[in-house]
Amino acid sequence: MDIPEKLNVNDPTPNNTSFSTDGVFIRNSMKEIASCRSGEDDNFLAGNEKPGYSLCSYVKGFINTPIGPVPVIKTKLEKDDLFSTFYVRCGIRRHRYKVSPGLFAIGNPDMDSEVLVTANFKLTFDMLRKELDGINAWILVIDTKGVNVWCAAAKGTFSTRELVKRIKGNYLESIVNHKRIIVPQLGAIGVSARDVKKQSGFRVIYGPIRASDIRAFLKNDKKVERQMRQVTFTMYERFILTPIEIQTILKPALITAIALLLLGGIGPGIFSFSGALQRGGVSILAFAAGIFSGAFVTPMLLPFIPSREFALKGIIVGSIVALLPVLIATSTVSGIAGYLALFLFSITISSYLAMNFTGATPFTSPSGVEKEMKQYIPVQLTSLVISFGLWIYSAF
Amino acid sequence: MRELRYIDDVSSLVLDKDKCIGCSLCTEVCPHSVFEMRNQRAHLVDFNACMECGACVTNCPTEAIVVNPGVG
Repeated sequence: MDIPEKLNVNDPTPNNTSFSTDGVFIRNSMKEIASCRSGEDDNFLAGNEKPGYSLCSYVKGFINTPIGPVPVIKTKLEKDDLFSTFYVRCGIRRHRYKVSPGLFAIGNPDMDSEVLVTANFKLTFDMLRKELDGINAWILVIDTKGVNVWCAAAKGTFSTRELVKRIKGNYLESIVNHKRIIVPQLGAIGVSARDVKKQSGFRVIYGPIRASDIRAFLKNDKKVERQMRQVTFTMYERFILTPIEIQTILKPALITAIALLLLGGIGPGIFSFSGALQRGGVSILAFAAGIFSGAFVTPMLLPFIPSREFALKGIIVGSIVALLPVLIATSTVSGIAGYLALFLFSITISSYLAMNFTGATPFTSPSGVEKEMKQYIPVQLTSLVISFGLWIYSAF
Repeated sequence: MRELRYIDDVSSLVLDKDKCIGCSLCTEVCPHSVFEMRNQRAHLVDFNACMECGACVTNCPTEAIVVNPGVG
Protein backbone atom coordinates (compact mmCIF):
# COMPACT_ATOMS: atom_id res chain seq x y z
CA MET A 1 0.00 0.00 0.00
CA ASP A 2 1.28 3.46 -0.77
CA ILE A 3 1.94 5.72 2.16
CA PRO A 4 -0.46 8.58 1.74
CA GLU A 5 0.87 12.09 1.44
CA LYS A 6 0.39 14.16 4.52
CA LEU A 7 -1.81 17.17 4.28
CA ASN A 8 -0.18 20.34 5.42
CA VAL A 9 -2.13 22.12 8.09
CA ASN A 10 0.49 24.22 9.75
CA ASP A 11 -1.46 27.11 11.02
CA PRO A 12 -5.11 26.35 11.46
CA THR A 13 -7.40 29.21 12.42
CA PRO A 14 -10.70 29.10 14.30
CA ASN A 15 -13.94 28.70 12.34
CA ASN A 16 -11.98 27.23 9.49
CA THR A 17 -12.90 23.77 8.29
CA SER A 18 -9.24 22.88 7.95
CA PHE A 19 -9.42 21.80 11.61
CA SER A 20 -11.03 18.55 10.75
CA THR A 21 -8.01 17.62 8.67
CA ASP A 22 -5.93 16.81 11.72
CA GLY A 23 -5.94 13.06 11.69
CA VAL A 24 -7.03 12.89 8.09
CA PHE A 25 -4.69 11.97 5.27
CA ILE A 26 -4.96 12.88 1.65
CA ARG A 27 -4.86 9.90 -0.68
CA ASN A 28 -2.98 9.64 -3.92
CA SER A 29 -5.82 8.27 -5.95
CA MET A 30 -9.58 7.96 -5.93
CA LYS A 31 -9.28 4.20 -6.11
CA GLU A 32 -7.75 4.03 -2.66
CA ILE A 33 -10.49 6.15 -1.18
CA ALA A 34 -13.12 3.79 -2.47
CA SER A 35 -11.32 0.75 -1.11
CA CYS A 36 -10.31 1.89 2.33
CA ARG A 37 -13.54 3.25 3.75
CA SER A 38 -16.43 1.21 5.00
CA GLY A 39 -19.96 2.45 5.23
CA GLU A 40 -20.50 1.84 8.94
CA ASP A 41 -18.19 4.66 10.00
CA ASP A 42 -20.02 7.26 7.99
CA ASN A 43 -22.33 8.44 10.77
CA PHE A 44 -19.62 10.09 12.84
CA LEU A 45 -17.96 11.44 9.75
CA ALA A 46 -21.11 13.35 8.89
CA GLY A 47 -20.18 16.94 8.38
CA ASN A 48 -16.48 16.14 8.49
CA GLU A 49 -16.22 14.50 5.12
CA LYS A 50 -13.99 16.16 2.58
CA PRO A 51 -13.61 15.11 -1.02
CA GLY A 52 -10.21 13.58 -1.63
CA TYR A 53 -9.53 12.75 2.04
CA SER A 54 -9.93 9.58 3.99
CA LEU A 55 -9.94 8.90 7.68
CA CYS A 56 -6.93 7.59 9.60
CA SER A 57 -7.62 4.16 11.03
CA TYR A 58 -6.90 5.34 14.59
CA VAL A 59 -9.60 8.04 14.49
CA LYS A 60 -12.86 7.02 16.12
CA GLY A 61 -14.87 10.17 15.51
CA PHE A 62 -14.85 13.88 16.09
CA ILE A 63 -15.65 16.06 19.06
CA ASN A 64 -16.89 19.59 18.67
CA THR A 65 -14.86 22.29 20.38
CA PRO A 66 -14.90 26.10 20.30
CA ILE A 67 -12.21 25.90 17.66
CA GLY A 68 -13.88 23.27 15.47
CA PRO A 69 -14.08 19.48 15.34
CA VAL A 70 -11.14 17.62 16.90
CA PRO A 71 -10.48 13.95 16.07
CA VAL A 72 -11.15 11.46 18.86
CA ILE A 73 -8.64 8.62 18.78
CA LYS A 74 -9.04 4.95 19.57
CA THR A 75 -7.37 3.50 22.64
CA LYS A 76 -7.15 0.00 21.22
CA LEU A 77 -4.47 -0.89 18.74
CA GLU A 78 -5.65 -2.78 15.70
CA LYS A 79 -4.03 -5.44 13.56
CA ASP A 80 -2.59 -2.86 11.18
CA ASP A 81 -0.98 -0.92 14.04
CA LEU A 82 0.65 -4.05 15.39
CA PHE A 83 1.91 -5.18 11.99
CA SER A 84 3.33 -1.74 11.35
CA THR A 85 5.02 -1.76 14.77
CA PHE A 86 6.69 -5.02 13.82
CA TYR A 87 7.85 -3.59 10.48
CA VAL A 88 9.19 -0.43 12.09
CA ARG A 89 11.10 -2.43 14.72
CA CYS A 90 12.73 -4.28 11.85
CA GLY A 91 13.67 -1.03 10.17
CA ILE A 92 11.11 -1.16 7.38
CA ARG A 93 9.52 2.19 6.45
CA ARG A 94 10.81 3.48 9.74
CA HIS A 95 11.34 7.04 8.61
CA ARG A 96 7.88 7.49 7.19
CA TYR A 97 5.91 6.42 10.21
CA LYS A 98 4.31 9.67 11.26
CA VAL A 99 1.10 11.07 12.67
CA SER A 100 0.09 14.52 11.49
CA PRO A 101 0.73 16.93 14.36
CA GLY A 102 -2.16 18.73 16.04
CA LEU A 103 -4.79 18.33 18.71
CA PHE A 104 -6.55 15.03 19.37
CA ALA A 105 -9.06 13.89 21.96
CA ILE A 106 -9.14 10.72 24.07
CA GLY A 107 -12.52 9.69 25.49
CA ASN A 108 -14.75 12.67 26.06
CA PRO A 109 -12.56 15.51 27.34
CA ASP A 110 -13.86 18.90 28.47
CA MET A 111 -12.43 22.27 29.48
CA ASP A 112 -10.97 20.82 32.71
CA SER A 113 -9.26 17.82 31.12
CA GLU A 114 -5.50 17.48 31.10
CA VAL A 115 -3.43 18.04 27.98
CA LEU A 116 -0.81 15.38 27.25
CA VAL A 117 1.98 16.31 24.88
CA THR A 118 3.63 13.72 22.66
CA ALA A 119 5.77 13.26 19.55
CA ASN A 120 4.44 12.50 16.08
CA PHE A 121 6.23 9.15 15.71
CA LYS A 122 3.37 6.70 15.18
CA LEU A 123 4.97 4.14 17.52
CA THR A 124 5.10 6.74 20.32
CA PHE A 125 1.54 7.85 19.58
CA ASP A 126 0.34 4.21 19.69
CA MET A 127 2.13 3.49 22.96
CA LEU A 128 0.47 6.50 24.52
CA ARG A 129 -3.09 5.96 23.29
CA LYS A 130 -3.20 2.29 24.18
CA GLU A 131 -2.61 3.23 27.83
CA LEU A 132 -5.43 5.74 27.97
CA ASP A 133 -8.54 3.59 27.80
CA GLY A 134 -11.29 5.14 29.91
CA ILE A 135 -9.40 8.40 30.40
CA ASN A 136 -10.65 11.74 29.14
CA ALA A 137 -7.82 13.95 27.94
CA TRP A 138 -6.49 16.08 25.15
CA ILE A 139 -3.44 14.93 23.24
CA LEU A 140 -1.23 17.57 21.68
CA VAL A 141 0.98 15.93 19.07
CA ILE A 142 3.92 18.11 18.18
CA ASP A 143 5.99 17.78 15.03
CA THR A 144 9.17 15.85 15.79
CA LYS A 145 9.61 14.69 12.18
CA GLY A 146 8.45 11.20 13.10
CA VAL A 147 11.07 10.69 15.83
CA ASN A 148 10.40 9.49 19.40
CA VAL A 149 10.30 11.95 22.32
CA TRP A 150 13.77 11.33 23.75
CA CYS A 151 15.71 11.30 20.50
CA ALA A 152 13.73 14.25 19.17
CA ALA A 153 14.41 16.22 22.36
CA ALA A 154 18.13 15.52 22.01
CA LYS A 155 18.01 16.50 18.34
CA GLY A 156 16.09 19.68 19.07
CA THR A 157 12.80 18.93 17.29
CA PHE A 158 10.92 18.20 20.51
CA SER A 159 11.63 21.73 21.66
CA THR A 160 10.34 24.76 23.54
CA ARG A 161 9.80 26.48 20.21
CA GLU A 162 7.80 23.67 18.62
CA LEU A 163 5.74 23.16 21.77
CA VAL A 164 4.87 26.85 22.06
CA LYS A 165 4.01 26.96 18.37
CA ARG A 166 1.57 24.04 18.74
CA ILE A 167 0.01 25.46 21.93
CA LYS A 168 -0.70 28.70 20.11
CA GLY A 169 -1.49 27.17 16.71
CA ASN A 170 -4.11 24.86 18.20
CA TYR A 171 -5.63 27.59 20.41
CA LEU A 172 -5.17 25.56 23.55
CA GLU A 173 -6.34 28.49 25.68
CA SER A 174 -9.77 28.13 24.02
CA ILE A 175 -9.87 24.37 24.55
CA VAL A 176 -9.08 24.20 28.27
CA ASN A 177 -9.72 26.68 31.07
CA HIS A 178 -6.54 25.80 32.99
CA LYS A 179 -2.94 26.55 32.11
CA ARG A 180 -1.21 23.20 32.49
CA ILE A 181 0.33 20.83 30.00
CA ILE A 182 1.83 17.45 30.78
CA VAL A 183 5.08 16.87 28.95
CA PRO A 184 6.82 13.46 29.03
CA GLN A 185 9.87 13.67 31.27
CA LEU A 186 12.26 12.60 28.53
CA GLY A 187 11.19 15.66 26.54
CA ALA A 188 12.94 17.81 29.14
CA ILE A 189 16.24 17.75 27.23
CA GLY A 190 14.65 19.93 24.59
CA VAL A 191 12.02 21.79 26.60
CA SER A 192 12.62 24.52 29.11
CA ALA A 193 9.59 24.65 31.41
CA ARG A 194 10.39 28.25 32.29
CA ASP A 195 10.56 29.40 28.66
CA VAL A 196 7.33 27.61 27.74
CA LYS A 197 5.58 29.41 30.61
CA LYS A 198 7.05 32.74 29.56
CA GLN A 199 6.12 32.33 25.90
CA SER A 200 2.73 30.61 26.12
CA GLY A 201 1.44 31.07 29.66
CA PHE A 202 1.18 27.30 30.08
CA ARG A 203 2.93 25.60 32.99
CA VAL A 204 4.81 22.45 32.11
CA ILE A 205 4.32 19.47 34.40
CA TYR A 206 6.82 16.73 33.70
CA GLY A 207 4.92 13.48 33.58
CA PRO A 208 6.31 9.98 33.88
CA ILE A 209 8.79 8.54 31.37
CA ARG A 210 6.62 5.59 30.37
CA ALA A 211 3.11 5.90 28.97
CA SER A 212 2.15 2.90 31.07
CA ASP A 213 2.59 5.03 34.23
CA ILE A 214 0.26 7.82 33.08
CA ARG A 215 -2.88 6.30 34.54
CA ALA A 216 -1.28 6.03 38.00
CA PHE A 217 0.19 9.52 37.60
CA LEU A 218 -3.21 11.07 36.81
CA LYS A 219 -4.89 9.17 39.65
CA ASN A 220 -2.17 10.17 42.10
CA ASP A 221 -2.91 13.90 41.68
CA LYS A 222 -0.17 14.24 39.05
CA LYS A 223 2.58 13.13 41.40
CA VAL A 224 5.39 11.13 39.91
CA GLU A 225 6.86 8.26 41.90
CA ARG A 226 10.63 7.87 41.90
CA GLN A 227 10.59 4.73 39.77
CA MET A 228 8.51 6.54 37.12
CA ARG A 229 11.37 9.04 36.82
CA GLN A 230 14.05 6.47 36.04
CA VAL A 231 14.69 4.92 32.66
CA THR A 232 14.95 1.16 32.48
CA PHE A 233 16.66 -1.10 29.99
CA THR A 234 15.08 -4.48 30.52
CA MET A 235 15.90 -7.55 28.48
CA TYR A 236 12.75 -7.01 26.44
CA GLU A 237 13.66 -3.36 25.83
CA ARG A 238 17.11 -4.48 24.68
CA PHE A 239 15.70 -7.28 22.55
CA ILE A 240 13.40 -5.06 20.47
CA LEU A 241 16.39 -2.89 19.54
CA THR A 242 18.47 -5.73 18.15
CA PRO A 243 16.73 -6.11 14.75
CA ILE A 244 17.64 -2.50 13.95
CA GLU A 245 21.25 -3.10 15.05
CA ILE A 246 21.53 -5.96 12.57
CA GLN A 247 19.51 -4.27 9.85
CA THR A 248 21.74 -1.18 9.79
CA ILE A 249 24.91 -3.26 9.25
CA LEU A 250 23.32 -5.56 6.65
CA LYS A 251 24.74 -3.77 3.62
CA PRO A 252 28.37 -3.41 4.80
CA ALA A 253 28.13 -6.98 6.09
CA LEU A 254 27.18 -8.31 2.65
CA ILE A 255 30.06 -6.43 1.05
CA THR A 256 32.43 -7.83 3.69
CA ALA A 257 31.11 -11.34 3.05
CA ILE A 258 31.90 -11.04 -0.67
CA ALA A 259 35.39 -9.77 0.16
CA LEU A 260 35.86 -12.74 2.52
CA LEU A 261 34.89 -15.16 -0.26
CA LEU A 262 37.47 -13.62 -2.60
CA LEU A 263 40.07 -13.61 0.17
CA GLY A 264 39.38 -17.28 0.84
CA GLY A 265 40.28 -18.12 -2.75
CA ILE A 266 43.82 -16.78 -2.41
CA GLY A 267 46.31 -19.58 -1.98
CA PRO A 268 49.27 -21.43 -3.49
CA GLY A 269 47.52 -21.62 -6.86
CA ILE A 270 46.96 -17.82 -6.84
CA PHE A 271 43.19 -18.25 -6.77
CA SER A 272 41.01 -21.30 -6.39
CA PHE A 273 37.24 -21.54 -6.42
CA SER A 274 37.14 -24.44 -4.02
CA GLY A 275 39.32 -22.38 -1.67
CA ALA A 276 36.92 -19.47 -2.00
CA LEU A 277 34.03 -21.70 -1.05
CA GLN A 278 35.76 -23.58 1.77
CA ARG A 279 38.10 -21.04 3.34
CA GLY A 280 35.81 -18.17 2.36
CA GLY A 281 32.90 -20.08 3.83
CA VAL A 282 34.46 -20.58 7.25
CA SER A 283 35.63 -16.98 7.41
CA ILE A 284 32.06 -15.84 6.68
CA LEU A 285 30.96 -18.14 9.48
CA ALA A 286 33.44 -16.47 11.84
CA PHE A 287 32.15 -13.10 10.67
CA ALA A 288 28.52 -14.11 11.24
CA ALA A 289 29.42 -15.40 14.71
CA GLY A 290 30.98 -12.00 15.48
CA ILE A 291 27.84 -10.19 14.34
CA PHE A 292 25.62 -12.52 16.34
CA SER A 293 27.78 -12.05 19.42
CA GLY A 294 28.22 -8.26 19.18
CA ALA A 295 24.82 -7.19 17.90
CA PHE A 296 22.60 -9.75 19.59
CA VAL A 297 24.09 -11.79 22.45
CA THR A 298 26.00 -8.90 24.06
CA PRO A 299 23.00 -6.51 24.03
CA MET A 300 20.72 -9.22 25.38
CA LEU A 301 23.03 -10.31 28.21
CA LEU A 302 24.35 -6.79 28.86
CA PRO A 303 24.06 -6.60 32.66
CA PHE A 304 25.39 -10.10 33.16
CA ILE A 305 28.64 -9.68 31.24
CA PRO A 306 31.60 -8.50 33.33
CA SER A 307 33.23 -5.09 32.64
CA ARG A 308 31.75 -1.64 32.11
CA GLU A 309 33.21 -1.09 28.65
CA PHE A 310 31.01 -2.38 25.86
CA ALA A 311 34.03 -3.17 23.68
CA LEU A 312 35.38 -5.47 26.38
CA LYS A 313 31.95 -7.05 26.89
CA GLY A 314 32.02 -7.79 23.14
CA ILE A 315 35.45 -9.40 23.47
CA ILE A 316 34.33 -11.58 26.37
CA VAL A 317 31.15 -12.83 24.69
CA GLY A 318 32.92 -12.96 21.31
CA SER A 319 35.63 -15.33 22.56
CA ILE A 320 32.99 -17.85 23.59
CA VAL A 321 30.84 -17.54 20.48
CA ALA A 322 33.94 -17.62 18.22
CA LEU A 323 34.74 -21.16 19.37
CA LEU A 324 31.94 -22.45 17.19
CA PRO A 325 33.30 -21.32 13.79
CA VAL A 326 36.81 -22.37 14.87
CA LEU A 327 35.57 -25.88 15.68
CA ILE A 328 33.75 -26.08 12.35
CA ALA A 329 36.87 -24.82 10.58
CA THR A 330 38.94 -27.80 11.75
CA SER A 331 37.65 -29.73 8.74
CA THR A 332 38.73 -27.12 6.18
CA VAL A 333 41.57 -25.15 7.77
CA SER A 334 44.68 -26.76 9.15
CA GLY A 335 47.26 -25.15 11.36
CA ILE A 336 47.07 -22.95 14.39
CA ALA A 337 47.55 -19.74 12.36
CA GLY A 338 44.25 -20.26 10.56
CA TYR A 339 42.31 -20.94 13.73
CA LEU A 340 43.83 -17.97 15.44
CA ALA A 341 42.99 -15.76 12.45
CA LEU A 342 39.32 -16.79 12.55
CA PHE A 343 39.16 -16.48 16.32
CA LEU A 344 40.65 -12.97 16.38
CA PHE A 345 38.52 -11.81 13.46
CA SER A 346 35.29 -12.98 15.06
CA ILE A 347 36.14 -11.38 18.41
CA THR A 348 37.08 -8.09 16.77
CA ILE A 349 33.74 -7.89 14.94
CA SER A 350 31.94 -8.70 18.19
CA SER A 351 33.86 -6.04 20.11
CA TYR A 352 33.25 -3.37 17.49
CA LEU A 353 29.51 -4.05 17.22
CA ALA A 354 29.11 -4.24 20.99
CA MET A 355 30.78 -0.83 21.24
CA ASN A 356 28.41 0.39 18.55
CA PHE A 357 25.48 -0.56 20.78
CA THR A 358 26.42 2.22 23.23
CA GLY A 359 24.53 4.48 20.81
CA ALA A 360 21.28 2.62 21.48
CA THR A 361 21.32 2.45 25.27
CA PRO A 362 19.71 4.90 27.69
CA PHE A 363 22.60 5.06 30.16
CA THR A 364 25.90 5.58 28.31
CA SER A 365 27.46 9.04 28.55
CA PRO A 366 29.13 10.49 25.43
CA SER A 367 32.26 11.15 27.51
CA GLY A 368 32.41 7.48 28.46
CA VAL A 369 31.89 6.37 24.87
CA GLU A 370 34.68 8.67 23.75
CA LYS A 371 37.03 7.25 26.37
CA GLU A 372 36.13 3.70 25.40
CA MET A 373 36.61 4.35 21.68
CA LYS A 374 40.02 5.94 22.20
CA GLN A 375 41.02 2.88 24.16
CA TYR A 376 39.56 0.08 22.06
CA ILE A 377 39.59 1.19 18.42
CA PRO A 378 43.41 0.81 18.26
CA VAL A 379 43.06 -2.64 19.86
CA GLN A 380 40.39 -3.64 17.34
CA LEU A 381 42.44 -2.38 14.38
CA THR A 382 45.59 -4.17 15.54
CA SER A 383 43.66 -7.38 16.04
CA LEU A 384 42.14 -7.07 12.55
CA VAL A 385 45.55 -6.58 10.93
CA ILE A 386 47.08 -9.56 12.81
CA SER A 387 44.07 -11.69 11.90
CA PHE A 388 44.43 -10.74 8.23
CA GLY A 389 48.15 -11.54 8.23
CA LEU A 390 47.62 -14.92 9.90
CA TRP A 391 44.82 -15.77 7.47
CA ILE A 392 46.94 -15.10 4.39
CA TYR A 393 49.88 -16.93 5.97
CA SER A 394 47.71 -19.94 6.76
CA ALA A 395 46.66 -20.26 3.11
CA PHE A 396 50.16 -21.17 1.97
CA MET B 1 19.28 1.21 36.77
CA ARG B 2 21.41 -0.20 39.54
CA GLU B 3 22.16 -3.27 37.47
CA LEU B 4 23.37 -1.36 34.42
CA ARG B 5 26.24 1.04 35.08
CA TYR B 6 28.59 2.63 32.60
CA ILE B 7 32.18 3.81 33.00
CA ASP B 8 32.79 5.76 36.24
CA ASP B 9 34.37 9.19 36.66
CA VAL B 10 33.86 10.40 33.08
CA SER B 11 30.78 12.64 33.16
CA SER B 12 31.31 16.35 32.55
CA LEU B 13 28.44 17.24 34.88
CA VAL B 14 29.15 20.13 37.24
CA LEU B 15 26.71 21.51 39.81
CA ASP B 16 27.35 24.93 41.32
CA LYS B 17 25.58 24.65 44.69
CA ASP B 18 25.89 28.38 45.33
CA LYS B 19 23.75 29.18 42.28
CA CYS B 20 21.04 26.63 43.18
CA ILE B 21 17.76 28.20 44.28
CA GLY B 22 16.18 24.89 45.25
CA CYS B 23 13.49 24.67 42.54
CA SER B 24 14.05 20.88 42.34
CA LEU B 25 13.40 20.73 38.58
CA CYS B 26 16.67 18.82 38.08
CA THR B 27 15.41 16.03 40.33
CA GLU B 28 12.26 15.88 38.21
CA VAL B 29 13.86 15.74 34.76
CA CYS B 30 16.91 13.54 35.42
CA PRO B 31 16.26 10.01 34.06
CA HIS B 32 18.87 8.48 36.39
CA SER B 33 18.08 10.17 39.72
CA VAL B 34 21.49 11.83 39.84
CA PHE B 35 20.16 14.68 42.01
CA GLU B 36 18.42 14.80 45.33
CA MET B 37 17.12 17.73 47.36
CA ARG B 38 18.79 18.21 50.76
CA ASN B 39 18.17 21.30 52.85
CA GLN B 40 16.45 22.89 49.86
CA ARG B 41 19.50 22.59 47.66
CA ALA B 42 20.23 20.12 44.87
CA HIS B 43 22.93 17.57 45.65
CA LEU B 44 24.71 15.12 43.40
CA VAL B 45 23.89 11.76 44.91
CA ASP B 46 24.78 9.48 41.99
CA PHE B 47 27.29 11.29 39.81
CA ASN B 48 28.39 8.14 37.96
CA ALA B 49 24.86 7.43 36.75
CA CYS B 50 24.91 10.66 34.69
CA MET B 51 24.62 10.05 30.93
CA GLU B 52 25.08 13.74 30.06
CA CYS B 53 21.66 14.04 28.41
CA GLY B 54 21.42 17.69 29.46
CA ALA B 55 17.80 17.75 30.64
CA CYS B 56 18.87 19.34 33.94
CA VAL B 57 20.89 22.01 32.14
CA THR B 58 17.98 22.95 29.86
CA ASN B 59 15.62 23.29 32.82
CA CYS B 60 17.83 24.85 35.50
CA PRO B 61 16.58 28.44 35.93
CA THR B 62 19.88 29.77 37.28
CA GLU B 63 22.42 27.98 35.08
CA ALA B 64 23.76 26.21 38.13
CA ILE B 65 24.34 23.01 36.16
CA VAL B 66 26.77 22.50 33.29
CA VAL B 67 27.22 19.41 31.12
CA ASN B 68 29.74 19.52 28.35
CA PRO B 69 30.40 16.26 26.56
CA GLY B 70 33.28 16.67 24.15
CA VAL B 71 31.77 14.95 21.12
CA GLY B 72 28.20 15.10 19.82
